[in-house]
Amino acid sequence: MARDRVRVLCLSVTIGLVFVLAWQAFTATRPPGKGLPGPLAVGATAWQMLAHPFYDHGPNDKGIGLQLAASLGRLALGYLAASAAAVMLGVALGLSPLLYRAVNPYIQVLKPVSPLAWMPLFLYTIKDSGQSAILVIFMSSLWPTLANTAFGVASIKRDYLNVASILQLSWPRRLATVILPAAAPAIVAGLRISVGSAWVAIVAAEMLIGGTGIGYFVWNEWNNLALTSVIFAILAIGLIGVLLDAGLARLSRRLAYTE
Amino acid sequence: MNDDNQDTGTLRAQAAERAVERAVFGGEHGRRAFLAAVGATTATAALASVFPMAAAKAIAQDKPGPPEKRDLKIGFIPITCATPIIMAEPMGFYKKQGLNVQVLKASSWAMIRDISINGETDATHMLSPMPLAITLGVGSQSVPYVMPAVENINGQAITLATKHKGVKSAADMKGFKFGVPFDYSMHNFLLRYFLAEGGVDPDRDVQIRAVPPPEMVANLRANNLDGYLAPDPFNQRAVFEDVGFIFMLSKDIWPGHPCCAFAAKRELMEKMPNTFQATLNAILDATQYAHVPAHRKEIAAAIAPKNFLNQPVEVLEQVLTGVFPDGLGNTRTVPDRIDFDPFPYHSMAIWILTQMKRWGYLKADVSYRKVAEEVFLATSTARSMRALGQKPPDASSVKHAFAVGKTKLFDPDKPDDYLKSFAIRRT
Repeated sequence: MARDRVRVLCLSVTIGLVFVLAWQAFTATRPPGKGLPGPLAVGATAWQMLAHPFYDHGPNDKGIGLQLAASLGRLALGYLAASAAAVMLGVALGLSPLLYRAVNPYIQVLKPVSPLAWMPLFLYTIKDSGQSAILVIFMSSLWPTLANTAFGVASIKRDYLNVASILQLSWPRRLATVILPAAAPAIVAGLRISVGSAWVAIVAAEMLIGGTGIGYFVWNEWNNLALTSVIFAILAIGLIGVLLDAGLARLSRRLAYTE
Repeated sequence: MNDDNQDTGTLRAQAAERAVERAVFGGEHGRRAFLAAVGATTATAALASVFPMAAAKAIAQDKPGPPEKRDLKIGFIPITCATPIIMAEPMGFYKKQGLNVQVLKASSWAMIRDISINGETDATHMLSPMPLAITLGVGSQSVPYVMPAVENINGQAITLATKHKGVKSAADMKGFKFGVPFDYSMHNFLLRYFLAEGGVDPDRDVQIRAVPPPEMVANLRANNLDGYLAPDPFNQRAVFEDVGFIFMLSKDIWPGHPCCAFAAKRELMEKMPNTFQATLNAILDATQYAHVPAHRKEIAAAIAPKNFLNQPVEVLEQVLTGVFPDGLGNTRTVPDRIDFDPFPYHSMAIWILTQMKRWGYLKADVSYRKVAEEVFLATSTARSMRALGQKPPDASSVKHAFAVGKTKLFDPDKPDDYLKSFAIRRT
């Protein structure tokens, strides 16, 4: 096992190095400032930005730390609201095959819609760009959790539910002690997919609404064709995505059980 | 403000009130009769329900009263057309009027429109056709807007991708994909005018798409567009990036054409007349300052940072001073490449409306002049300019000369004849 890990690590580092060297070789021939920037230029920008992550030069110019914090704040609001809604609806659908079959066509129609397509509608009706962006996150993180919860609840062993009936457990207790724990692994798997798609959607949403957030940051740097900043932002977005996923992976390991 | 001033202010306000009453009741006699019949307070209240009395009073005073609201948000798109709106923040023009203004950068014109209608911004940078279109409910929900000031005149250009260096005229542009910032923009109407004068049908022979200005250079580089009629700095930025050249400045289509504007919901003017007036005064002041060529370098440095335009100072200087490389190897000197003149001529609005009609954006028949007078506040802006010691033009409607192709004169009193004079039109 240990040897395997070392080999994986070596290979992984080698792939990274080869990519960076190829990138450097590809961009080194161009004069600086023209064409795609190389890894050194990106590194210099990253160094600069990370040195002052929380500066605030007015409403349209804030440090990368503040931008990421704004995005994570939006993500938290939209994602938590969506997760709560999805789990509740998912449990209802999972418990009632009739309801599931009746609602499923609507879910199927709404699910493939890009969350950004909702933006104009939200702006028109809610009349607030910040809340509209949060609702876009809501829409993007609703479906995976909903589908997984419904599936997880529907596949709970009948025996568990029967025992709960025989013991005449009240519905809140039944939910808390039987249904949710039994469906937890499936639910968390859904939550994990959801957080990924929410993080993907937020960048696009913020590019549309402007103001703050990592998506706005990318857009503002694009204005100035400052590609080093854009590449740095891409890396930062990726890293945060990994951290979010790792957090939920840890949660899912804790909730796993064997029958 | 000392007592003397206060008294003059009150007197002026009363005079304004009486003038309005006289106008509504048909002269002094009618006014007295009405007052006698219902009592003075009731009469004023009745009038206020149909006429923005507070606004009229505020406008009649040289110095507006204290602003009803001091903390304002004003939206802008990061382009040099917004120069007075943006520079007024770092250079203290809003502060001088007792206002605390945050200028907020928006990503596209659709967003500018929506956050303004939503009330997330108090006043806003707009393209000068937008307040007309929004008031009419064309391409938007219908919300009454006013446009008290033009931001810049001229200041746009047709930029073509470097591979089209051989292009000499509109006729060579058949099949091109063009970008314009928004449907309801001078850019769109001037590009269409230019193409049609050269015998190219802008709807059939080329493709014109709305592309947010900041995304234009990237699209030109990606070969996604053959060219664009865009606001600066994105024409000059294309030259700076070696991806395009400046084919024609928009001032060579219509010398002195309006471009961007300062606009607000009519509601702001009526509910917070002092705030409205103070903001307008700041804008008029800043516009006057930007008009002076000697100030342009200082302004370029003030609006270049990330918080505002996020552009290289060099590019902004080339735009604002009018000494610039055109991407074909020449250095040109055109001091009025962009200029700043706030006066919102009614005739400008009427021209814009004829073009909205011409290209099928405006389907209904409207009284061009009535809409123009409702939205473009030439008369009250002239008064505000005078109060600031500026010299507004005498007439609020003039004939405009178009330079491209055969010189054509637009007579705002004969918009229908003008419309019929075009061979290429959708109406």
